[in-house]
Amino acid sequence: MIIRRIGLVIVLVTMAAAIVGPALVPYGPAALDLPQRLAGPSGTHLLGLDELGRDVLARLLTGARVSLFVGLAVVSLSVAIGVTIGSIAGYAGGWLDEAVGRAMDILLAFPGILLAIALVAMLGPSLQNVVLALVTIGWVSYARLVRGQVLKVRELEYVQAARALGAPAWRILVRHVVPATLSAVIVQATLGMAGAIIAEASLSFLGLGVQPPTPSWGTMLDAGRSHLFDAPHLTVFPGLAIAMLVLGFNLVGDGLRDRLDPRGN
Amino acid sequence: MLAYVVRRCLLTVPVLVGVATLVFLLIHLVPGDPAEAMLGESAAPTDLAALRTRLGLDQPLAVQYKRFATGLLHGQMGTSFRYNTPVTSEILSRLGRTTELALTAMAVAILIALPLGVLGAVYRGRAPDQIAMLVSLAGVAMPNFWLGPVLAIVFAIQLAWLPVSGTGTWQHLVLPSVTLGAALAAVTARMTRTTVSDELRELYVLAARARGLSRLRTVVRHALRNSLIPIVTILGLQLGTVLTGTIVTETIFAWPGVGRLLIQAISFRDYPLVQGCILFIAVTYVAMNLVVDVLYAWLDPRIRYR
Repeated sequence: MIIRRIGLVIVLVTMAAAIVGPALVPYGPAALDLPQRLAGPSGTHLLGLDELGRDVLARLLTGARVSLFVGLAVVSLSVAIGVTIGSIAGYAGGWLDEAVGRAMDILLAFPGILLAIALVAMLGPSLQNVVLALVTIGWVSYARLVRGQVLKVRELEYVQAARALGAPAWRILVRHVVPATLSAVIVQATLGMAGAIIAEASLSFLGLGVQPPTPSWGTMLDAGRSHLFDAPHLTVFPGLAIAMLVLGFNLVGDGLRDRLDPRGN
Repeated sequence: MLAYVVRRCLLTVPVLVGVATLVFLLIHLVPGDPAEAMLGESAAPTDLAALRTRLGLDQPLAVQYKRFATGLLHGQMGTSFRYNTPVTSEILSRLGRTTELALTAMAVAILIALPLGVLGAVYRGRAPDQIAMLVSLAGVAMPNFWLGPVLAIVFAIQLAWLPVSGTGTWQHLVLPSVTLGAALAAVTARMTRTTVSDELRELYVLAARARGLSRLRTVVRHALRNSLIPIVTILGLQLGTVLTGTIVTETIFAWPGVGRLLIQAISFRDYPLVQGCILFIAVTYVAMNLVVDVLYAWLDPRIRYR
């Protein structure tokens, strides 16, 4: 259980660092110090300087905002769309459920990140397009999860009682069915944060995500690739940040699953 | 079994049609004019018109789709804008390298995962288990686009044991395959630990030990062997991760495979090639899932009757 708490600490510390961190660092993420470019970690620049002489720590803290923003935006939009479509399809059944099921099969036939790469390649690289691409592939897992849960919940006695009392379908869905699926959604959403953060970093690393000079952990890693020989700190620190945050969300997700879904133990 | 295979193949057909349609529609997502996006804003109107005709963009959507579908049925995916060669031949010329990398990565994953998972199961709850699971957790959390450069810094730059990039010798394959196989190894090790430790609680294991079989022999010959079906399944399910992982890994190590071709095609706005690579990877993924399902049904007959 201690290891799960470590996950929560990592996530909270990263959030706090993203909010207040940039204000605490004496350098801006875009401030240049060309004569000192590629300098390693030192007392004045704790994590060193990048290829343009920008402070790596300042960029890392600003980049945390991008990662967390993408994670939150992708997960909240995916949850909203997925829960709505999944619950309506599961509750209504019939042709609607069939049609949604087929659409989900086709989207799931793509390896997740490939469709995101394809969408961003066609729409052009930008933060908005990354979010759009990741939501396009992200909602499916929530819809599938919720649909499965709704199929079970709609047959329970209290839902049948509500139906017998003449409650309209939308009310039964919103008040009785969807709330029963939320614990599973919360667990999935926490793990989804890790997935979205890693996907954004992958796309930015491939040059398809956030564009320079906006600092993002993925673009920082991409830039560091050209300086593996002379400035390995440009690769090590952004990667560590991604790995720690992803680990944090995975641990929190595992912990929530243990708490909210006793059958999973 | 044959009925199951036929049914499963038939179910794949609508998925393949859907995937192909989605990939076809992708090029129409390009904001504005795809021909202008490829040639640039300063292109001459005659060049733009010629490219539109060549790509069929001046035709109605239904006509374009028919041409696209007919081409696909004949194994044609258009002509690469950059190389001026058929997209199919560009992909096929790089397929061997991607297959080589993916298979080696899977072998690396198995070689790491099985001992790590068995160690965790045998010493469950004790120090070796905790170390093994910490290693596998790190493998899950470390993105391959970080692990690759870090391995390159340590083994290629600091120690100078292995080449940073390129192809040709087995040494060139080590860093890319470990980078690609690490995440798969982590997931498989966790699965191995769970299934082997479940098997170790079975009575036949106790009986084998009571008959005087050594601990190692009991674990390897009996418990691990009976755990193989779920392990094979998880390996099969992870094939998609390996396939998409090649895109990043090939880019890091300048490995001349289909994944790198896709990223290069994107940066050159070679849309026919982008479309072709994406369709190829997606269809391979669907086909691999089909093979895994059929293999699983063959290994476990209960699947066929569900």
